[in-house]
Amino acid sequence: MAEVHLWGALRPIVGGALSVSVEAKNIRELFKVLAEQYPAFEPHLQRGIAVSINGKIYRDTWDQALPPDAEIYLLPRIPGG
Amino acid sequence: MSGVHVSTTINGDAVEFICNADEPLLDVLRNRLGMTGSKEGCGTGDCGACSVTVNGRLVCSCLVLGAEVQGAKVETIEGMAKGDKLHPLQKNFISHAALQCGICTPGFLIAAKVLLDKNPNPSEEEIRFGLAGNLCRCTGYDKIVRAVQATAKEMRGA
Amino acid sequence: MPLDTNFTNQKFKQVGTRPLRPDGVDKVTGRAKYGADYNAPGQLIALVLRSPHAHAKIKKIDTSKAEKLPGVKAIITSADLPDLTGGDRGMRDMLENCMARKKVLYDGHAVAAVAAIDQTTARKALKLIQVDYEILPHVTDVDEALKPSAPVIHNDIFTEGVEPKPTKPSNNNKRASFGHGDIAQGFKDADIIVEHTYKTEQTHQGYIEPHACVANVSPDGQGELWVCTQGHFVYRNQCAALLGMDISKLRVTASEIGGGFGGKTHIWAEPLALALSRKANRPVKLTMSREEVFRCSGPTSSTSIDMKIGAKRDGTITAAHGVLRYHGGAFPATWAEFGAMTAFACYDLKNVKSESIEVIVNRPKTAAYRAPSAPMAAFAVESAVDELAKKIGMDPVELRIKNAAKQGTQSSYGPVYGPIGIGATLEAAKNHPHMKAPLGKNQGRGMACGFWFNFGGQTCADLNVTPDGTVTLAVGTIDVGGSRASIGLMAAEELGIPYENVRVVVADTSSLGHNDMTDGSRGTFSTGLATIAAARNAIKVLCARAAKMWDIPEDAVIWEDGHAKPAGTNAGNFPPLSIKEIAAAAGNTGGPIAGHNELVADGAGVSFATHICDIEVDPETGRSTVKRYTVIQDAGKAIHPSYVEGQYQGGAAQGIGWALNEEYIYGKDGRLQNAGFLDYRIPVCSDLPFIDTMILEIPNPNHPYGVRGVGETSIVPPLAAIANAMSNAVGVRMTHIPMSPPRVLKAISNRKH
Repeated sequence: MAEVHLWGALRPIVGGALSVSVEAKNIRELFKVLAEQYPAFEPHLQRGIAVSINGKIYRDTWDQALPPDAEIYLLPRIPGG
Repeated sequence: MSGVHVSTTINGDAVEFICNADEPLLDVLRNRLGMTGSKEGCGTGDCGACSVTVNGRLVCSCLVLGAEVQGAKVETIEGMAKGDKLHPLQKNFISHAALQCGICTPGFLIAAKVLLDKNPNPSEEEIRFGLAGNLCRCTGYDKIVRAVQATAKEMRGA
Repeated sequence: MPLDTNFTNQKFKQVGTRPLRPDGVDKVTGRAKYGADYNAPGQLIALVLRSPHAHAKIKKIDTSKAEKLPGVKAIITSADLPDLTGGDRGMRDMLENCMARKKVLYDGHAVAAVAAIDQTTARKALKLIQVDYEILPHVTDVDEALKPSAPVIHNDIFTEGVEPKPTKPSNNNKRASFGHGDIAQGFKDADIIVEHTYKTEQTHQGYIEPHACVANVSPDGQGELWVCTQGHFVYRNQCAALLGMDISKLRVTASEIGGGFGGKTHIWAEPLALALSRKANRPVKLTMSREEVFRCSGPTSSTSIDMKIGAKRDGTITAAHGVLRYHGGAFPATWAEFGAMTAFACYDLKNVKSESIEVIVNRPKTAAYRAPSAPMAAFAVESAVDELAKKIGMDPVELRIKNAAKQGTQSSYGPVYGPIGIGATLEAAKNHPHMKAPLGKNQGRGMACGFWFNFGGQTCADLNVTPDGTVTLAVGTIDVGGSRASIGLMAAEELGIPYENVRVVVADTSSLGHNDMTDGSRGTFSTGLATIAAARNAIKVLCARAAKMWDIPEDAVIWEDGHAKPAGTNAGNFPPLSIKEIAAAAGNTGGPIAGHNELVADGAGVSFATHICDIEVDPETGRSTVKRYTVIQDAGKAIHPSYVEGQYQGGAAQGIGWALNEEYIYGKDGRLQNAGFLDYRIPVCSDLPFIDTMILEIPNPNHPYGVRGVGETSIVPPLAAIANAMSNAVGVRMTHIPMSPPRVLKAISNRKH
């Protein structure tokens, strides 16, 4: 079970919680579970969500494993200049 | 449309062309003569990317009409290297990393050459004011000024 | 085999040296081909008709007179660009931004485009197109747009991120927040609190090369596009989607790029050129004028930021709270959110909250500008931190060192930091001779910190060993500032061959798999990773070929200094084989030798910088001059230090322009009043001093060489560093960027009264 922290824009879609517990082995499964549980998650995912796992930010590597007790943050997918 | 017939000298070569009466020299160089080394950054004389010399005088070729260079001597970036020998300014711009994107580089080289032709030993301030008509957005001018300083020193020594 | 991206602390032979860039000679001789330097035989010239109104309904467009003009070959309006975006809001906005549909949303919004045999004819044709507008009320100011009385620009935008969901549309498309702890308690614990509202005006990236392209679409559905862009693969994908083409049939070749800084990450006029070419069945060249670049490409947001920071008397920050309002131009965006993420990233804070409010106004669609959104947030935070130091009576560097984030700190945007360089840049600033140099009359010194994320993304590299043992390397990221040199260095380092023996080219979109843009400081980071992997794959092939030539097992061969060698005496006693010898024999050992790599480069390290600035103000005119400027930034590892310094200096210079002079000025009529370099004045050579740089190298643990991105962070601290210097010089806190002479003069005269 991973504790997934949400940034402010995602909190309303889970009823205001700061984080949610999700059973998922990697980022792909995490997104799948969240989209199933919270239909309003999908448009955010389409716009782009990055996942910080123990401080390293992943934007595209959805195979990345979520180790037990990892610190996980969902963040907006940032652009660059 | 009736064109204006112009005979001129560009980088030492006799050149003839026909242009519209209202056509800037920059458009003649780029579109009629295929000399795209002079760049258009603004078309209003503010950026210096189109710098060339006409009879030794530094001008923005976007502000000179093609018809005005009848009988004149025009020098562009394409004429700066002599055969396979780069001008010291060209060499030093590369070795001092004085360019990033490079779009402003031809204009800077022309302006810097005019500056050094007139003043072989310019101060930093004279270099900065001598090049103030040329915009560069990548480098912050630091390495450009250093490249010109190094060239001035090298050419005085030679 | 996937590349092991862990930092290895290896000793380098070539990385870190300063060889000549491979495109240097072409660029000093005028030979390099930029966007507008290419012409196709039989090409038409395209021009775009643009709205003179900030906000209006398009009642009717009559192109019939223009169509009859001899020499006009095609005219398009939004009717020629049907909406194929299938409900994807981002793509639909992109389409609508390229060509207005029912309404024009800003001064300069495209309404029609013409392709004609020459510029003169095209210009005449534009004048013959009649557009009937119904003018609507407009709003261009970020704060005004949020007022209940403001005209609502899109009636289908309801603020996201608030509960309950609003029932009325507004110009605020999204709210979000970041942070942790309890700020109310934190402010109760504070001995001193500073609070201000800060404003920054809209600026443009100001690349010297206007957007330009040549499009060539045939009736068989195949097309080519020559274009200046930061990402030709992304342009390809987006143009194909908007025009209903197969992606594979549109081949995009990137020209040399004359600056981008984020502004060439977005399509503006390319779909129009493609649509015109398709309609006319001729190549079409479209070049924006400078005025068009200012009016209708993508400048950055103007902002309005409420900032409140509290601290103990010993300098410990107890709470920080920011509310950041950024506009996205005439379309919904999330620029404030990125500002809110970066705002407090330099500090170790127990109680912090940053809230973002996204705003829509009648201005051009905002695009990324170097470390997008971070400079404005840093201006507000670093100004407040400086003021806090002043109120406490503490040295501003010491106060920052006391509160600086470090390894293990929970960042204000959430995650815990790994090894980071903010502390090191602050210590370096504290000990820098610049800090101790005496100041003259009317001079002030300021310093500030900045943060940027950096990122990686999808990347390919294709390395081929040619028959003489020299190497070609095809990459898919645009070289914006010398990355071909740094990538060539990495390939040479891995292969153990001279840098001069590697030729790096940016391949067209038919020659490589998809590559993301050159943005997010990712060019050298991610293409570097792909290059290292491709080189290592090629080395495996080279070793296997040597094994065949020696008739020994493949795993008995090692690669050292550009040569295959037997792994030990057991493997056999053979003299080393050079890459040249192995390449020459390739035809009989299995054919061409190559190494490829396709990867997603995640894990670009976060980056920090500290800047120091001395400024002199003329109290009579309010005009200011930067007297001295120092940039200290963590590069992780500088592959080619000259171009790292160049990135530091260039970002600082752009920041200086933003801080002191550059701004979009809109009239009451909603039209841009200064769409040219004469009135939108970027720094010239005589405006600036030499910009000193100091490269720190705190390795990124997620890159074998330790590389972090370096391109963007340098624009983050200048606004604040200069504002702090200015405030020290004139004795008044400056809260509005740019600090142009009239604003400075006003501040000075208010101080006197």
